[in-house]
Amino acid sequence: MQSLNTYRAGPDERGHFGIFGGRYVAETLMPLILEVEKAYASAKADPAFEAEFRELLAQYVGRPNPLYFARRLTEAFGGAKIFLKREDLNHTGAHKINNCIGQILLARRMGKKRIIAETGAGQHGVATATVCALFGLQCVIYMGSTDIERQMPNVYRMKLLGAEVKPVTSGAATLKDAMNDALRDWVSNVHDTYYLIGTVAGPHPYPAMVRDFQSVIGEEVRVQILAQEGRLPDSLVACIGGGSNAMGLFHPFLDEPSVRIIGVEAAGHGLDKLHAASLTGGKPGVLHGNRTYLLQDADGQIAEAHSISAGLDYPGIGPEHSWLHDSGRVEYVSIKDDEAVQAFQHCTRLEGIIPALESSHAIAHAAKIAPALPKDHLMVINLSGRGDKDVSTIAKALGDIHLGGLV
Amino acid sequence: MSRIQKRFDQLKAENRAALVTFIMAGDPDRAACQAVLNGLPAAGADLIELGMPFTDPMADGLAIQLAGQRALAAGGSLKATLELVAAFRKTDQETPIILMGYYNPIYAWGPEKFAADAALAGVDGLIIVDLPPEEAGELVPYLRAAAMDFIVLTTPTSDDSRLPVVLANASGFVYYVSIAGVTGTGSATQTAIAEAVARIHRHTDLPVCVGFGIRTPDQAAEVARAAEGAVVGSAIVSVLAEQGPAQALALVESLAAGVRAARK
Ligand SMILES: Cc1ncc(COP(=O)(O)O)c(C=O)c1O
Repeated sequence: MQSLNTYRAGPDERGHFGIFGGRYVAETLMPLILEVEKAYASAKADPAFEAEFRELLAQYVGRPNPLYFARRLTEAFGGAKIFLKREDLNHTGAHKINNCIGQILLARRMGKKRIIAETGAGQHGVATATVCALFGLQCVIYMGSTDIERQMPNVYRMKLLGAEVKPVTSGAATLKDAMNDALRDWVSNVHDTYYLIGTVAGPHPYPAMVRDFQSVIGEEVRVQILAQEGRLPDSLVACIGGGSNAMGLFHPFLDEPSVRIIGVEAAGHGLDKLHAASLTGGKPGVLHGNRTYLLQDADGQIAEAHSISAGLDYPGIGPEHSWLHDSGRVEYVSIKDDEAVQAFQHCTRLEGIIPALESSHAIAHAAKIAPALPKDHLMVINLSGRGDKDVSTIAKALGDIHLGGLV
Repeated sequence: MSRIQKRFDQLKAENRAALVTFIMAGDPDRAACQAVLNGLPAAGADLIELGMPFTDPMADGLAIQLAGQRALAAGGSLKATLELVAAFRKTDQETPIILMGYYNPIYAWGPEKFAADAALAGVDGLIIVDLPPEEAGELVPYLRAAAMDFIVLTTPTSDDSRLPVVLANASGFVYYVSIAGVTGTGSATQTAIAEAVARIHRHTDLPVCVGFGIRTPDQAAEVARAAEGAVVGSAIVSVLAEQGPAQALALVESLAAGVRAARK
């Protein structure tokens, strides 16, 4: 495959990354989508917007968070030197808040009074409810009823923060269905409502905008690793649901050819069974406003995804990842439910850090490749969130015998 | 001349508006759907919109979402949709059929091949909900080549600066979505509809059909006074689901009576 001068130039002015991306939405939404694009372009050029964003990231989110050298994981893996980017230490416990701070400032700038969002794991829902509380805006969160059940602590958090949580029962009642209902709400409330999308998907400008807000992750890693190790990392590993924590870590390094970049999708029960690995098991299609790799059948009907991790349980992926996949710049692999659960336990026991099940997929892949890498190989894993929300899912997955072993 | 244009010319001569009816292809199953489809012209439907079932109908309310789920559960697909049309065409060469739905199944089929295959089956035009003018370039040329119409959606959010962009691709007729919302929910006021239709007519000579929120013969008649057509979907789909094919066709008859009486 031909290599490009830069992998950081996209999207084009129509929101396309190669054949991916775009604005495949109902006409009712188009004027609003164009308005969001214009408002974001003007905000991006406004130093006051940037300054307020940075101030909130520092004072409210608690950035920069550490790039933590994980000594015991490193020893256990027996190869590459493992660093964890501690997004779990952010206010609200995941990387999702970075994007929410950026978009809530944009929504306020646009004069919107009502905020809607979709959520899978509930981390984006909590982060959205949080910034709505902070700015005194009405907040409605769409969440699949399957996810409500498996992420109950986050449902209570959202309600405590003043958000209305609307259960979605269509389809498999997970993230895809929540996104459908959020889009239906937006079509019905175009005049006062801002849709705060939680990942690098949806119609242009969302994939680029969310990436820009999340790029603080990779920008910090660059500064931190240079300070701690005096050079760039050799590899980056991040989990992928829609792909926002991964894109935030990857984007600042895309044009560093020495940095190996790996995205980890959810292989669920296995790639030959139910899973959520859109790049590995899907093909290009159009859903939720953009063209991207999708799990679908020959008729173009969207397949139900499965992952033990609600935040990865989505049949699509952000369009820029599809483009990075096809262009060959980023490697995409997948990790099964049971491998993620094992990595969850490893990280918890060895480092005293309970990782989100989503992030555990990244750790699991690192566990696979780190042992064979030299000891001076610097590997950064994005610890995208904390796992308190997953404790009941883990208990169920491990069953009584293993749980007995845990306590 | 296309079937759509011929039909609107004919209605103009009769000084009345069109009743445009929507049903979902394959709902509740293939045989029952074929029977309803074949019965629509005699019940008074002037044009037929046939929904292409899709797993993720983001612009539809509950009635049409459920119709799509029933159709898919009963084996519905894009291929089966074209077969329904082809079978209909064996007995009816006059009534225009427009397929309405979402882009992904067409993209999976291949837009160029689909345009040709649909035209061959007897389809006259397409309405693709999630293909705004910004992206329509990847389908419209193939429709033109197959002599099919691309029916564009205009909405309450299509202002005078947006309308020309949307209408640039339009042929056949223009669909006015009368509320900012999903199918099967609220209704617009008569004044708002009349104003919107007049505004669209300042930008195009194409017939304008109004849909979303029209459920009763009276509402259909009101719209028929303001526009060239009234589109009824969720109401028919709901009656079909709850009461069966005969009652659905009976509703179409009463809607047609409303539309036909409107301008007399
Ligand atoms: C902790 C955590 N990591 C990752 C994800 C997946 O999202 P993305 O791929 O956009 O980072 C989620 C989504 O809910 C999450 O909560």
